[in-house]
Amino acid sequence: MRNVYVLGTGMIKFGRYPEKTVPELGGDAAEIALKDAGIKIQDVEMFACGNLYQSNAMVGQRILQQIGQTGIPVINVSNACATGSTAFREAYMSIAAGMYDCAMAVGVEQMGKQGLLGGGGGGTDPAYATEGRMGSGLMPAVFGQAGIEHMRNYGTKLEHFAKISVKSHKHATKNPFSQYRNEVTLEDVMNARMVAFPNTLYMCCPTGDGAAAAILVSEDKLKQWAGGRKRARIAASVLTSDPYTDRDLTLPDVSTLTQRASKKAYEMAGVGPKDIALTELHDCFATAELVHYENLFLCDKGTAGEFIDKKGGVHPDLGGFSPVNVSGGLLSKGHPLGATGVANICEVVWHLTEDERAKDRQVKGAKVGQAHVIGLGSACTVHILTV
Amino acid sequence: MAEQAKAATTDTGPRPILPFLQLGPEPHLRGNKCGNCGAVYLDVKRVACSKCGEQNKFSHIKLSNKGKVYVYSVVHQSFPGIKTPYITAIIDLPEGVSVKASLIDVDPEQAQKEPKKMFDMPVEMVTFTAAKDREGHDVIAYGYKPSK
Repeated sequence: MRNVYVLGTGMIKFGRYPEKTVPELGGDAAEIALKDAGIKIQDVEMFACGNLYQSNAMVGQRILQQIGQTGIPVINVSNACATGSTAFREAYMSIAAGMYDCAMAVGVEQMGKQGLLGGGGGGTDPAYATEGRMGSGLMPAVFGQAGIEHMRNYGTKLEHFAKISVKSHKHATKNPFSQYRNEVTLEDVMNARMVAFPNTLYMCCPTGDGAAAAILVSEDKLKQWAGGRKRARIAASVLTSDPYTDRDLTLPDVSTLTQRASKKAYEMAGVGPKDIALTELHDCFATAELVHYENLFLCDKGTAGEFIDKKGGVHPDLGGFSPVNVSGGLLSKGHPLGATGVANICEVVWHLTEDERAKDRQVKGAKVGQAHVIGLGSACTVHILTV
Repeated sequence: MAEQAKAATTDTGPRPILPFLQLGPEPHLRGNKCGNCGAVYLDVKRVACSKCGEQNKFSHIKLSNKGKVYVYSVVHQSFPGIKTPYITAIIDLPEGVSVKASLIDVDPEQAQKEPKKMFDMPVEMVTFTAAKDREGHDVIAYGYKPSK
C-alpha cells in the first residue's frame, strides 16, 4: 500500500443554513479544501461524497455540478454517522491501492432543527408504533443506556458524564467553526432539562447543517504540490462493523467494534495510545464519550471516571492531558451526520500541521492524532494521522 | 396465499405489536434458536445465524416471562403525542436473549435517584392493548413490571 497524505482541508462553520442547498454546502467546503491544497478541481481524479439524508439523490454529482463537472468517478456514501469518515476512507483506499494520485472526500448534511433521531417502528399503521409503548429507540436513550451500563459495571457517577460536557463546552469557546460556543458550569449541566437519563440537554449533541472536505494525494503528488508545506500522512484508516455480541441486536454494542477498530488502527500506524497527542471521538452524547475513553485505550477498562477526575480529556492549556475533542466535540461543534467524519479529521490535521484555523486551541507539538466515529447500526472508523 | 389473505381480512381478533409475541391464554415471547451454537433471536425467521453462520437449524422456543433488568433509561423528551416520562429497559431472559420494553409500575423519579436498585431487578412480562389498527384489530403490546 502506498503512503497517502492530506494536502488540503476545508470546513464551513457548523450551524444552520436554511438559505443553502446540500450541494452548495458541500461545494463551499470543497472549494476551501481545493484552495488550501493549491490545486483545481481538474486535478482531482476521484471523488467520494458522504451524505445521509439525501443518499438517494446523487449529492456528489450535484456538488460537481456546482464546482466543476470534470467527469471523474463519483461514489456516494451512506454509513449512518460514519458516513463522512467512510467517504474519506474510500478516497484514501483509492490512492493507497495505486488507482489514483489525487482524490477528494466531502461530508455534508443539512438537518436544520430536526430534533430527536431514532425511535420508529410500526410501518404504515401508527397502531404498531413501538416508541414509548415498548421502551425507546431514541438516540438519547440508547446512548444513555451505554452510560448506565458503565454505572452498573464500574460505579460511574452522573458527575462524570456532566464533567465531559463542561470540558467540551469550554473547548468550543476557542473554535470559530463550532455551532455553539457557550461555556456551561457543572451545575448548569446537572440541572438542565433531562432528555433521557442520564443525558441532560447539555450532554446531547445538537442537530444542524455543515460540510467538510479533504484533498488526499499520493507521495508523488505531495512532492509536486505541497511546496514544502507541512502536511499530515494517513497512518491508519480502519472500518469495522458490529460483530455478534450477546445483546447487540437489542442494545446496540458501541464498544466492541470501536475496540477492534482502535486496536487495528494502532497496529497499522505502529503507535500506541500514549503517542496520541489529541483525539477527536464520537461524543454524540456525553455518555458515549466516557465509554470511548476506554474503547480507544486512552485509559484502562473501568477507569474512565478516574480519568475524568484527573482531567484526562482536557486540553493541556487548561491543565489536562490526553486531550479529547478540543474542537468542542459533537456536543458543541454540532453533528450534521454526514459532515462529522470529515470534520473531525480536519480538526486533527489542523493541529498536526499547525494550521491557523486551530490557532487558539492548538495542541502544541502534536505529532500524532486520531479521529473516531461511530454510526449506529453499526459502523466504526478510526483514522490515525501523523506528521 | 389467497386464502390466508382472506382469513386475515375477515379475522377481527387481537394482533401482536411484534411478530414474536404469542397471544392466547398464556401470552409469551417466542425465540428462534440456532441448533448449532445456541444463539437465540427474537425474529420469527432469519436467513442464517449471525453468531455462527449456520443455516436451516433453527427451532422456535418458548421464552420465559420472567427476566432481570440489565440497563435502562428514563425518556423525558419524545416524539409529539407520546406521553413522558417512560422507562425503557433491556431485560435479560434466562434463555440468553435480551428484550427491550417499557417498565411498568416503576417510578421514573425513583429509577433516576437510585440506579443501583434497578440493576438485576426481577421483572415479569405483562401484555396490554396499545391501540386499534386500521382494520379494527386490537394491537397487543408487552411490557415488564417488578415481580411480586
